[in-house]
Amino acid sequence: MGERTLRGKTAVAGIGETTYYKHGQAPESEFKLALMAILAACEDAGIDPREIDGFSSYSNDRNDPSRLAAALGTKELRFSNMQWGGGGGGGSAAVGNASAAVAGGMADCVVVFRALAQGQFARFGRGPQVPTISGDLAMASPYGLLSPAQRFAMKMMRFMHDHGVRQEAQRAIAMASYHHAQNNPRAVMNGRPLDEEKYDNSRWIVEPFKLFDCCMENDGAAAMIIVPAERAKDLPHKPSYVLGVSSGSDHRCAAPSHNAPNYASSSFASVAPHLFEMAQVTPKDVDVVQSYENFTGGVLMSLVEHGFFAAEEANDFLKVDNLLAPTGKMPLNTSGGNLAECYMHGLELQLEAIRQIRGDSPNPVADVDVSIVCSGPMVTPVSSSIFGTEATL
Amino acid sequence: MSERAYYLDEGLPAPVPEADGLSKPYWEGLQNNEILVQRCDKCQNWQWGPEWMCHKCHSFDLTWTKVEGNGHIYSWERVWHPVHSALSNQGPYIVVLVELRDYGNIRMIGNLLGDPEQEVRIGAPVNAVLEHHKDNDPAFTLLQWQYS
Repeated sequence: MGERTLRGKTAVAGIGETTYYKHGQAPESEFKLALMAILAACEDAGIDPREIDGFSSYSNDRNDPSRLAAALGTKELRFSNMQWGGGGGGGSAAVGNASAAVAGGMADCVVVFRALAQGQFARFGRGPQVPTISGDLAMASPYGLLSPAQRFAMKMMRFMHDHGVRQEAQRAIAMASYHHAQNNPRAVMNGRPLDEEKYDNSRWIVEPFKLFDCCMENDGAAAMIIVPAERAKDLPHKPSYVLGVSSGSDHRCAAPSHNAPNYASSSFASVAPHLFEMAQVTPKDVDVVQSYENFTGGVLMSLVEHGFFAAEEANDFLKVDNLLAPTGKMPLNTSGGNLAECYMHGLELQLEAIRQIRGDSPNPVADVDVSIVCSGPMVTPVSSSIFGTEATL
Repeated sequence: MSERAYYLDEGLPAPVPEADGLSKPYWEGLQNNEILVQRCDKCQNWQWGPEWMCHKCHSFDLTWTKVEGNGHIYSWERVWHPVHSALSNQGPYIVVLVELRDYGNIRMIGNLLGDPEQEVRIGAPVNAVLEHHKDNDPAFTLLQWQYS
C-alpha cells in the first residue's frame, strides 16, 4: 500500500456562490439557491455541470444529492456524502470527503456545497419552543441554556479564566472580519464598518460574547468543484491543491451535560496535528487564515489549538493590525467570514481560501502559497483543511 | 431574595425522561429531594450525564447513587439576550457549570440563585437548592445552586 494521504492528489477547480442575503430575504427557494451556486462553480471551473458525479455536504443540508443530480441532468451519480455533525464543523471535512472519493477513484468530479435559506426553515439561534424536553437537552434547556451562543459561552469563559484572555482579543477578531467586508461587494455587512467604540458599546448576547462576537444568520448557497490534481492543470484557473484535511475531536468531546474532559477548547486539540502532518507544513508556513466564526471566542481557541500562538500570547497577538490583509502578520477571515460576509455555514471561508491562492480575493495577501481553513469550533466533529499552490507540492 | 417563585420565568420546556427511560431515576430523585448520579459497580467510576454504559470499563452495571449537593463553579455565563418567548421579560440570568470534586469531578448545569448581576467567581464553593415545580404539568424539579 502506498502512503495514505490526500496531499496533492486533488485540487479545487472552481468556486461559486449566489448573492448572499440577510436572513429570510432570499427571493429563491433553498434548492434553487443550491443549483445556482453549483452552476456558478462549474462555470468558474470550465466544467459542464453534467460531468458532476458526486456531491458532498455537511450539517444535514436539506438538498438531497439524488434530486440535485436529477435536476442538473448529471450523467451518473457515483458519490453522495453527508458529514455527520452540526454547525459548520463539517466544512473542511466535506472537502476532505470529496477529495478522498476522487483520490480513491470513487468519483471524478465532486461538488462540495451548502445551501441555507433559513427564512424558509427554522433558525439556529432560537431556543426550542416545545412543552417538554428529554435527553441531554433536558439537562440544559430548563435552565435557559438553549442556543448555540449559550452552549459555547461557558467554554470561552473558562478559557479566558485559565489563560487571562481579555475581551479585546475577541474584539480584534470581530474588527478584522468587518474591516475585510468593507472591500468585499459580496459581503452582507459591506458598508457597515465596525470600530472599537461600536463594539464596546454593543449589547451582551451572553457574557463573554457581545453582539459583534456572534455570527449572522443568512440565506444563500456556495459550492466548489473537486477534481483529480492532473485534471486541474488543464482547467482555466490556477489550481489550488488539497494538501491536507483532518476532522474529528478529542477524547469524549461529546460527553453529556458539558462533561468533556478538555472543556475549554475549540475541539481542535487532536485534529490540528493530523492536519499539519498530512499537509507537511507548519503553522509558520501558513500565509493566510480563514477560521470559522460562530463566535469570536471559538476563533481564538481555534487559532491557539492550530498552533498560531500560545493561549497566553492571545492578548498580544490578537491586535487588529496583525490580522488585516495585506500587511498583517496573520491575515484572518479576509472576506469578512461568517461575521460580516455571509453565514454560509463556513463554505464561504473555503471559497475565500481558494481566492487567496488564485490572487482574486477582495483583500489579497501577496504571494500566498499556503491557505488554511478551520471549520466550526466547539462543536464535534470539527474539521480543518489546507490548500496550496503548485509550488508547495 | 426576590419574591419570585422560581429563578426563571415559567414556560421553558419541562424536563421529562426519554422514551427509553435512561434519565428517569435522576428526575424522580430530584422530586424526592435526592441528587442521584451514575456510578459504575465494577470500576467505581462516577459519570454524568446519564449513559447506558460506563465509559471507563464498558460495564453495563451502573447504580444510581446519591451525592451531596456540594460543588465548585467550573464555568459560568450571564445571558442577556432571550432566545425563548418565556424569557422575554426575564432580564439577565446566570447559568453555572458546577464541578463535584468529591464525585469524580463530574459537572452539572444549573442557575446561580440570587442577584442576576452578582459577581461570579470560578472556583467558588456552591451548594445545591432543589427548585420544585409541583404545579406544572408534568411536575418536575430543577437542580439549582447558590454560594455556600
